[in-house]
Amino acid sequence: MNLDFSFLTWDVVSVFILKGLLFSFYLTAIAMIGGIMMGTVLALMRLSSKNWLSVPAYLYVTLLRSIPLVMVILWFFLLIPLFTGKTLGAEYSALITFTVFEAAYYSEIMRAGIQSVKKDQANAGYALGMTYLQCMWYIVLPQAFRNMLPVLLTQTIVLFQDTSLVYAIGAYDLLKGFDVISKNFNRPVEAYIVAAILYFTICFSLSLIVKSIQKKIQIIR
Amino acid sequence: MNYVFDWSVFLKGIGGKETYLTWLLSAWQWTLIVAFLGFIVAFVLGFTMGVFRTTGNKYLVFIGTAWTELFRNIPILVQLFLWYFVVPELFPITKALPSFMLVVMALGFFTSSRISEQVRAGIDSIPTGQRYAALALGLTSFQMYRYVLLPVTFRIILPPLTSEAMNIIKNSSVAFAIGIAEMTMFAMQAQEETSRGIEIYLVVTGLYFLSAIIVNIFSSLLEKAIQIPNFVGAK
Repeated sequence: MNLDFSFLTWDVVSVFILKGLLFSFYLTAIAMIGGIMMGTVLALMRLSSKNWLSVPAYLYVTLLRSIPLVMVILWFFLLIPLFTGKTLGAEYSALITFTVFEAAYYSEIMRAGIQSVKKDQANAGYALGMTYLQCMWYIVLPQAFRNMLPVLLTQTIVLFQDTSLVYAIGAYDLLKGFDVISKNFNRPVEAYIVAAILYFTICFSLSLIVKSIQKKIQIIR
Repeated sequence: MNYVFDWSVFLKGIGGKETYLTWLLSAWQWTLIVAFLGFIVAFVLGFTMGVFRTTGNKYLVFIGTAWTELFRNIPILVQLFLWYFVVPELFPITKALPSFMLVVMALGFFTSSRISEQVRAGIDSIPTGQRYAALALGLTSFQMYRYVLLPVTFRIILPPLTSEAMNIIKNSSVAFAIGIAEMTMFAMQAQEETSRGIEIYLVVTGLYFLSAIIVNIFSSLLEKAIQIPNFVGAK
């Protein structure tokens, strides 16, 4: 068994890998921002005392959390063209899928975050004459968000790892980049070793950052 | 959008006596088998590594921590490709393994890193007094873990273990990537062959849902059966 990494020249990396890496980051960023916004709305719905708000949110979160992401990716890839009447391409479909899917996970985190803020605070807001939205926007959500920041970021690391599953519909992400060069150069062993090292380095560094943020937040409190 | 459902697709033959329905059922079996075996691997490795991290021996702590960080910071699909493409080249002896065993290993190692976290947290949550009491009674370290710490830890971490069991069923869907005939593979192929994607996906999604519910029921029965009176979670 001879490992030979010499085929990984800068040209190869910049053509095949960089494109995939950028898409993986882009997908993670869009799904994180969209997912947190949508997740926050879902969390507020779930905590509402009105059944017509809380029940749909509960069903949405439970359903998405109990089926595999790969199936969700396949569902959207199948359904989006049926509803819109045109094919959008795997990358675009992935952006929508991940936002909608991650919202379910982020919403559970935000729900815990909102519940971690003492009720007195919201009541104090109401006493000052704030509306529900003002109370949430200025008092509860900023604290909920800060309390949950490490968890939200950890979920984002999971999200970044999960972006590799777009393999199922053939979108060009980081893993796909390595998949392509492994076939072009017939070097699957080296290609997947490097892929694993790269994913590990990115995720491990992110997790160290999350840890240091966690410590900072603990000190402030 | 007017979609006309056609459930008869499941009765269509695919050669011999087989229909899409029988194929689906065997695919469901594969999903459950792979997930079940993977969970056993994850359970054994996860408990071992989790215990290592609480021993206070710096080499064992390092092994446990390194293991956990390694296997949770690489996406499951990439780990599966490592098992499929890389491991057989580096360790030719593994070429004899059937490919579904590679999925079992990949799922098991990936999930063990998460179980190891839970085990460590579980053991850490037990008052140190129990540890000292065990040692004072003359138990060896092994006996202390076996008879004092782990039985309690297992009961404490049963809820997160349950979600790991449900996760492993969901994660087993990556097996499609190396051509294991489990449910996601079935969904993709049957969709392509019949163009009745919605019916096929609905049933597959339903079966994943059902599998999760079964795990949940099993776990709550187990929780009741093994609970210690007047202890954590006892009612």
